[in-house]
Amino acid sequence: MSRWAIWLPLGLFLAFFALFASGLLKPDDRVIASKMVGKPIPAFTLPAAASDRPALSSADLATGKPRLLNIFASWCVPCAAEAPQLMALKQAGAEIDAVAIRDARADVDQFLGRWGNPYARIGLDARSSLQIAMGSSGVPETFVIDGKGTIVHQHIGDIRAEDVPTILEKLKEAGR
Amino acid sequence: MRTLIALILMLFAAPVLAQSALPPAPYADRQLDDPRLEAKARDLMMTIRCLTCQSQSIADSNASMAGDMRSQIRERIAAGEDPEAIRSWLIERYGDWVSYEPTASPILWPLWAAPVILLALGFWLMRGRIRRRKASS
Repeated sequence: MSRWAIWLPLGLFLAFFALFASGLLKPDDRVIASKMVGKPIPAFTLPAAASDRPALSSADLATGKPRLLNIFASWCVPCAAEAPQLMALKQAGAEIDAVAIRDARADVDQFLGRWGNPYARIGLDARSSLQIAMGSSGVPETFVIDGKGTIVHQHIGDIRAEDVPTILEKLKEAGR
Repeated sequence: MRTLIALILMLFAAPVLAQSALPPAPYADRQLDDPRLEAKARDLMMTIRCLTCQSQSIADSNASMAGDMRSQIRERIAAGEDPEAIRSWLIERYGDWVSYEPTASPILWPLWAAPVILLALGFWLMRGRIRRRKASS
């Protein structure tokens, strides 16, 4: 056996050591982005989730004007935390529709009464079927939909104050 | 006595931190009546990754989203859909990440090649040893 082969096990050990060390030191990334960004929104019809807002279907999201689709639930704490940011987006001219995941009308009404209602239409997705069809992995999430009903951007997690300009920018881009 | 009553009452309390007030989807925790279809659904559910508890399959997870996915998979299999078609439908939405079954995509070629390469390396080392032993004897 040639000389260099003696070093092979040590070399392999160091390579694996480096691999595992980098895996341990790298921060954990658990965000699963939807692969539906860039594709048309799946066809759906959902019943109304709140007493004072109409129901939502995929046709309502292809009106020629870009819109936001917020995925929320009355049982979701970060969804309450992002309520002021959604209000700010609405005041800045964004049109927002919503889908309430695994929810009940009385709970949605109570949630909106407490945290404010920035939504034009709210659909009820009792079995997460639209959520799964859109490749969304949790609540809250916000999708930017262009005027033709194509998903152009996905925001995962609650919208913080610093995210508002980015989302407005994406809406503007979608309108071009 | 009072403690006992309190403890018994606690048994009936709704979990405060439940993820959702809704009852689970119809087939989230109920098997299909046809055992052949249920086996098909189970094999698929064991290899679909839960989005909430990311190290579990949806068959193992108690997350409500996993329950909704199980129910949807069972209903679609009962309606005659092919398990692999459902898998690719999910991969289209969540990427290869969602499936525990390795695919044939180029990024996994080293994985498929590894056994062949390791076997070849083993034979090569063994041949060297045998030759040396012959030479010394």
